[in-house]
Amino acid sequence: MRTRLAGVLALVLLLAGCTSGGDGSGTGPVTLRFQSLAWQEESVEANQELVKEWNATHPDVKVEYVQGSWDSVHDQLLTSFEGGEAPDIIHDASDDLADFAYGGYLADLTDLLPARLKSDIPQRSWEATTFGEGVYGVPFLQEPRVLIANATWLKESGVRIPTPRHPWSWAEFRDITDRLSAGDGKYGVAWPLKEPVSATLNLSLSAGGRLFHRGADGKVTIRFEAADETVPRTIHDQANTDHSASPTTLGSGGSDTLPGFFGGKYAMVPLGFSYRQQIAQQAPKGFRWQVLPAPAGADGLAQGVSPQTLSVAEDSPHQKEAVAFIDFLLRPQNMVRLALGDWMLPTGTRALKDPALRTAENGWATGTALAAHLRSAPAQSVRGYPEWKDKVATPAFQEYYSGAIGLRELRERLEDDGNLVLARYQR
Amino acid sequence: MRTSTGGRIGQYAALLAYLVFLALPFLWLVSIAFKSPRELGSLHPTWFPQEPTLDNFRQAFDEQPLLRAAGNSLLAALGAALIAVLIATPLAYVMARHRTRLAKAATGWVVVSQAFPLVLVIIPLFLVLKNLGLINSLPGLVLVYVVWALPFSLWMLVGYVRAVPAELEEAAAVDGAGRLRTLVSVTAPLLAPGIVATALFAFITAWNEFFFALVLLKTPEKQTLPVVLTHFIGAEGVADLGPLAAAAFLATLPSLVVFAIIQRRITGGMLTGAVKS
Repeated sequence: MRTRLAGVLALVLLLAGCTSGGDGSGTGPVTLRFQSLAWQEESVEANQELVKEWNATHPDVKVEYVQGSWDSVHDQLLTSFEGGEAPDIIHDASDDLADFAYGGYLADLTDLLPARLKSDIPQRSWEATTFGEGVYGVPFLQEPRVLIANATWLKESGVRIPTPRHPWSWAEFRDITDRLSAGDGKYGVAWPLKEPVSATLNLSLSAGGRLFHRGADGKVTIRFEAADETVPRTIHDQANTDHSASPTTLGSGGSDTLPGFFGGKYAMVPLGFSYRQQIAQQAPKGFRWQVLPAPAGADGLAQGVSPQTLSVAEDSPHQKEAVAFIDFLLRPQNMVRLALGDWMLPTGTRALKDPALRTAENGWATGTALAAHLRSAPAQSVRGYPEWKDKVATPAFQEYYSGAIGLRELRERLEDDGNLVLARYQR
Repeated sequence: MRTSTGGRIGQYAALLAYLVFLALPFLWLVSIAFKSPRELGSLHPTWFPQEPTLDNFRQAFDEQPLLRAAGNSLLAALGAALIAVLIATPLAYVMARHRTRLAKAATGWVVVSQAFPLVLVIIPLFLVLKNLGLINSLPGLVLVYVVWALPFSLWMLVGYVRAVPAELEEAAAVDGAGRLRTLVSVTAPLLAPGIVATALFAFITAWNEFFFALVLLKTPEKQTLPVVLTHFIGAEGVADLGPLAAAAFLATLPSLVVFAIIQRRITGGMLTGAVKS
């Protein structure tokens, strides 16, 4: 749907010579539209409060809060950009920005960003929003994938509890899920892999898997090497050899696994850090759960993420004011409020030091300890990646995890079919 | 033709199964709307909430401007239904009564237009509305909904007009009634159920429509209910299930109420349209 809409819009609107709307400049206070994708109760509240605080202290620059939706943000933004109706400040995720950045819809923030903000956010996070020579968004919230575990089950089993300092290796993880499996429908782990590609690629960074290799000519090719095998092989073997992973959850989303987790069917579920909010809300009384780091490989706890971002529309006549608002929104104490509201980690180094994010309650401390290991997701700036993901990698990984194909065929499909797709985008 | 008792039981069983099939998703939605988060996370879900709560409704109203969005949806849907019927009725009459090549071509075009994907229609509409200054306005959205609902409305109404015997109009003419008097006093009352059914179709189409509203409405004050419902869904499809179900339940009510009020007229209208003169 997204691709089709994008193609049609680009073609037709290009032919129509659609121009951007008025600049809205003139006398009187400046009004900026801030489209937020906050959706959880605390998160919406935090965003709206911050907008109010800004408006109370900046009579000349009024910010209007506009509620957007993750479900439809790409199509909605695309039509807004083409119609010259885009919001001034845009909340999105870094893996959705490439098309907009290369399409000239987003402002290059390189020279607009204040030094404070630039230095507060680590370079590894900026890489997620850097396309070509420009920076097209401010990464501000991110979430690692963690293991949410049934604490009672783990304690009773006597297995070593991993910490960010002493995580499980992938081999140890496989061994432990095998030990935790009790047969009769009880599994050591439930992998919710409805979207298998990003989960696999992001976790593979820990084992040194890169999959996408950029040559001296700037062209990217796919090579499924030994380091890329570690994570998929572990999952495959858990599900098909050891039977320590539930085969039925492989096609499920994260939320779908929670009833089984609460019901004692699975000892652990690998989930995004923000799922803790749902778990805290839905867990039955007396159910004890804990957050564990994902297993580590040759590259330690490294993991790919696509941070949430704030960008400025290229068409906005008030880019400086928009960046000033972003700077306000992402002051360390405000970043903490946004992070707490979304149950995610802030990218800012000062915000990460806040005691509220270092408490053991709800696993905050474990997540915060992982922040330094988070990297830009491996392929988000590779052109052609969405098509490769949808047409090649998703079915290939799904078939591999279900046991329908072996590792050799997985490699062949990812490489052979994948490189054909990428080649079309790199002519 | 007589139906055996066994056959009749079979028919009723099939009808019941079909009704259950239709009703299950709605009943499940209602059930979720009244469940606490803990019940939603249960491995053994129950049809009836064990500890019914209104918290999901409270949260839904706290988080999103549902009433304002419902008001916008109502305005857009009523406006679209009214205008679509006003335009479609005389056109349908002409197409039904004067079977010229032009009328046949128009009917063909109506059928073909139903095959267009939504995304092909939105582009020209977006450009036209932008030039008219009707982006981010309910009148603009109503215009789109009218355009969208018109072909099918026209198609429906042509059937209803054809079901009204032309002989009745001829008899009225013989009795001395003029064309307008015939239309108002003879044809219109017989056509009323069809018009109501068509209006309901246009209303429900507009009430449920999401994509046009998403693309054309920019500010929160203008957004319609289907757009606001998506605000309960987060990244990677994670949903705030309780409030979403509560809001979705409320969103279905107006359609159900309107349908319940006029269903008898619709049934009559549908039957009228189904009978050949």
